[in-house]
Amino acid sequence: MSSVKLEQVYKRYGNVTAVKDLSLEIRDREFMVLVGPSGCGKTTALRMIAGLEEITEGRVRIGEKVVNDIEPRDRDIAMVFQNYALYPHMSVYENMAFGLKLRKMSKAEIEKRVGEAAAQLGITEYLKRKPRELSGGQRQRVALGRAIVREPQVFLMDEPLSNLDAKLRVQTRAELIKLHRRLGITTIYVTHDQVEAMTMGDRMAVMKDGVLQQCDTPMEVYHHPANIFVAGFIGTPSMNFVKAVVADSLDGDLIIDAGSFHFDILESEKKALAEWKGKNVVLGIRPADIYDKNLRNPVDAGPRNTLTAFVDVVEPMGDLCTAYLKIGDVDIVAMLDGATGAKSGEKLQVVVDVSRSHLFDPETEKAIY
Amino acid sequence: MANSFAVDEDRDAHLSGKKPPPPAVLALRHAVLILISLTTLAPFIWMVLTSFKPLAEVEQLNPIPSVWHPENYAEVFKQVPFAHYYFNSVFIAAWVTFLQVFTSCLAAFAFARLRWPGRDGVFRLYLATLMIPGVVMLIPNYAEMVQLHLFNSYIGLIIPASFTAFGTFMLRQFMLTIPRALDEAAAIDGASPWVVFWDVIMPLARAGVITLAIFSFMGNYGSFLWPLIMIKSEYLRTLPVGMLFFDSVYGRQTNLIMAASVMNILPLIILFVSTQKYLVKGIQLGAVKG
Ligand SMILES: Nc1ncnc2c1ncn2[C@@H]1O[C@H](COP(=O)(O)OP(=O)(O)OP(=O)(O)O)[C@@H](O)[C@H]1O
Ligand SMILES: [Mg+2]
Repeated sequence: MSSVKLEQVYKRYGNVTAVKDLSLEIRDREFMVLVGPSGCGKTTALRMIAGLEEITEGRVRIGEKVVNDIEPRDRDIAMVFQNYALYPHMSVYENMAFGLKLRKMSKAEIEKRVGEAAAQLGITEYLKRKPRELSGGQRQRVALGRAIVREPQVFLMDEPLSNLDAKLRVQTRAELIKLHRRLGITTIYVTHDQVEAMTMGDRMAVMKDGVLQQCDTPMEVYHHPANIFVAGFIGTPSMNFVKAVVADSLDGDLIIDAGSFHFDILESEKKALAEWKGKNVVLGIRPADIYDKNLRNPVDAGPRNTLTAFVDVVEPMGDLCTAYLKIGDVDIVAMLDGATGAKSGEKLQVVVDVSRSHLFDPETEKAIY
Repeated sequence: MANSFAVDEDRDAHLSGKKPPPPAVLALRHAVLILISLTTLAPFIWMVLTSFKPLAEVEQLNPIPSVWHPENYAEVFKQVPFAHYYFNSVFIAAWVTFLQVFTSCLAAFAFARLRWPGRDGVFRLYLATLMIPGVVMLIPNYAEMVQLHLFNSYIGLIIPASFTAFGTFMLRQFMLTIPRALDEAAAIDGASPWVVFWDVIMPLARAGVITLAIFSFMGNYGSFLWPLIMIKSEYLRTLPVGMLFFDSVYGRQTNLIMAASVMNILPLIILFVSTQKYLVKGIQLGAVKG
């Protein structure tokens, strides 16, 4: 087991910079999720750690050793590919044993390891089959088994669940977490699915256009996104962003003026925001932090967090209800309690949890709070 | 891609099944096919029949011998060392086939799976040699073999024929259809490029390799011009060259030549029939996926 460290890593393909100045430390035994939209460089970063892609600039360390010039086979890693990449001409057993044979392990030891891994993953009865005789989920487990038997320093996984149907994906997600807890092998997991990132990772690294945006625990990333991109990418439905100005209210308080409505500034930040007076900001409110005023709510209604909205569309989903609101000319999405009386075409008073609101600098897109 | 690889071909064939055309079209189509088959078959049938005729009837239009002479076949063995020619032909064709397949596999792997500077340029250059007609290479190859003191030897017959740009190209195209993730998975599993070649790519390219082997054997078994100019001694003669001497030594014995020809092509027919399945598969893969 071992840590993985990327130090100012770049990857260029001609003019395209797929990964830019990426510095990231994955601690020993940690489950790190690399997440970001398609084409942001997650796979490229993972493949550089694996040694499948040359590192244009910077250093990658596994343990303390710089591995830039070390062949994939000598890095002591195992990888699960998106399409599993099982050897079609080998049986499941041979697929799992291949890496062990190449490492000159004794036949008895190979049998023991493959047997144990197969039992863990529930694929013992398929050991004699060829990959093409398995379902997608079974293949996925074989691919996982092939990685497990190696007992490597680091697991690398590139969207291993993306070819499974929704139900199996949720189930396998849980199994992967359990597996990681049991084996404690440092894992780097690539996904574009923010739910996987939130639920699986000890920490997650959010990337965009080859640049690392934020790396922290899922809760920290969710509650304290570093910038507008991260705030919008993590969480469904996405955070609402409203263009606004920091201004004085009539009673001399510092507020956020969104044109159609006025909004409170987080009490603890007021002092620091004095210098922002008159400047443009972007207010961020998560749909889940908006409540129907007529229900019992965890937040108190005040003059500048109670807003009158026009209800465009409601999508009831049982416990919860997604409501598409218009406040003045601003579109807002809210996740209300299922008991809400919101009806499309009518007015609705909503209360917003100010303590969970965010403010961003529109120029740098960085979070102010 | 990986999971559909080599799995769904058969299924697709069924899915693409269309409605059969009307009977008239079908009949016409079959008539044309039968006509073509007959024109292809006729010379073979004529050859077989003639091989049983006495020499006097060879020129007659009636294709059926008045008396059947199976002893023509034995006569062939009596007049020339036919068994030895047989051996030479098979021996040389087998070596050439083995070497062609061996070199093509290695080269195709290097062109399809390895990364090295100048790879695509070298490949194009190699491919360009396909444009040069074989006859043009006869004299240079001949001169080279004489210089190397390989003239009139088995090695001289085998070596110049052991490399094939066509085979390399065919196998490369075949290997390109194998997902690269497999090489990568193997590399991470601990495989050197050599192990990737031998344990991953070769088993998956098997259909292509077999097809190439059959093509090679068929092409070289019947090769005539190169052996003709390379061979001086009788003990090196291959079937096609040996049959040529048949003609001159004992006068024109067309019935015996035909008997020899029948025996000559027999191995090819057996090979073709027994490997037809692979041939069709290999050609299809080349055409569809290449
Ligand atoms: N071999 C290559 N040659 C040129 N550009 C490449 C190559 N591989 C990747 N890229 C580019 O690098 C960028 C990052 O690609 P990468 O595959 O890492 O994205 P990703 O985050 O894994 O996306 P996805 O979620 O779609 O898999 C993309 O813009 C891609 O076009
Ligand atoms: Mg990817």
